[in-house]
Amino acid sequence: MWRVGTVVALHDETVTARTITLKVPDWPGHVAGQHVDVRLTAADGYFAVRSYSIASAPNSERRVELTVERLPNGEVSPYLTQELAVGDRLELRGPIGGWFVWRTEQTEPIQLIAGGSGIVPLMAMIRSRASTGSAAPFRLLYSVREPGAVFYGDDLQTLSDRDNKVSLTYAYTRATPKDWRRAPGRIDTALIADATWPSNLAPTCFVCGPTSFVEAATDLLIASGHGRDKIRTERFGPTGDRK
Amino acid sequence: MSSHTYDYLDGNAAAGELSAIFAMDVTIAEAQCAHCGAIRRFAEAHLYMQAPGVVARCAVCEHVLLRFVKARQRAFLDLRGMTCLILDTSQLQESG
Repeated sequence: MWRVGTVVALHDETVTARTITLKVPDWPGHVAGQHVDVRLTAADGYFAVRSYSIASAPNSERRVELTVERLPNGEVSPYLTQELAVGDRLELRGPIGGWFVWRTEQTEPIQLIAGGSGIVPLMAMIRSRASTGSAAPFRLLYSVREPGAVFYGDDLQTLSDRDNKVSLTYAYTRATPKDWRRAPGRIDTALIADATWPSNLAPTCFVCGPTSFVEAATDLLIASGHGRDKIRTERFGPTGDRK
Repeated sequence: MSSHTYDYLDGNAAAGELSAIFAMDVTIAEAQCAHCGAIRRFAEAHLYMQAPGVVARCAVCEHVLLRFVKARQRAFLDLRGMTCLILDTSQLQESG
């Protein structure tokens, strides 16, 4: 079932990523981690559908935020990040997906691992935790190319400063802030040991990012003792416009 | 079959397409592979979307679980790769 949302705000997260806030009058509510399909239809009837994760926490205002990364040869993301304006309407299907979700009833430790724009559904989980006053301990390991590519940096800092049960570790792959303690590089065994919940606490792990990142992160978690059944993944490919 | 090409997504990426067909969220159902017998959540299957349609393969043995193609006002759904789909009916209210 397709719904129509109206764009009420636009916010640039980075030079290539924009958050689109939609008001969707018949929105039934969502769970953190879910996504929507967005459909763009051309004048000649040609249409393209892409999936985007919801960045906002569940809320009573029927407000849905999507953060879209512009892909150089994308068919949909250049329009969403450069041409879409406040007041425009967008067709949506969702909320979608009941597997890659964090529910506020969950009290166990939560390990979030994001690669690049894979932060989006994990941000919805962190925001959902904050808005409902959950005491579940959260750790986020956020692998990102460089400081300028970070999404929601201020919001993440505020949420983790306010609550010592939310901890935040950045892992930069290409360039770091000045005097950063770790050389640029991919996540590895040492970082997993240092920055994530030990497996004996049996955390539920949510891993989101490009397919190769998710493979690597999942392998590292399993090698450090986490059960496969405690790891939930959401991959997106380099060619689809996903996220 | 090698799965090191990194060109697949997770079964949960098919949730939107399948929601147009099924009343429930099939991605949270458990699916039994007809080839190796493994029972996993459909959301954990490997999903290939580069084909004209969608192909889901077993995360354990890579056997085809599901094929879904839409063409000329018709949808073709091939489920022979799954011997059983186990649905949690308490989730009925949540399917979107």
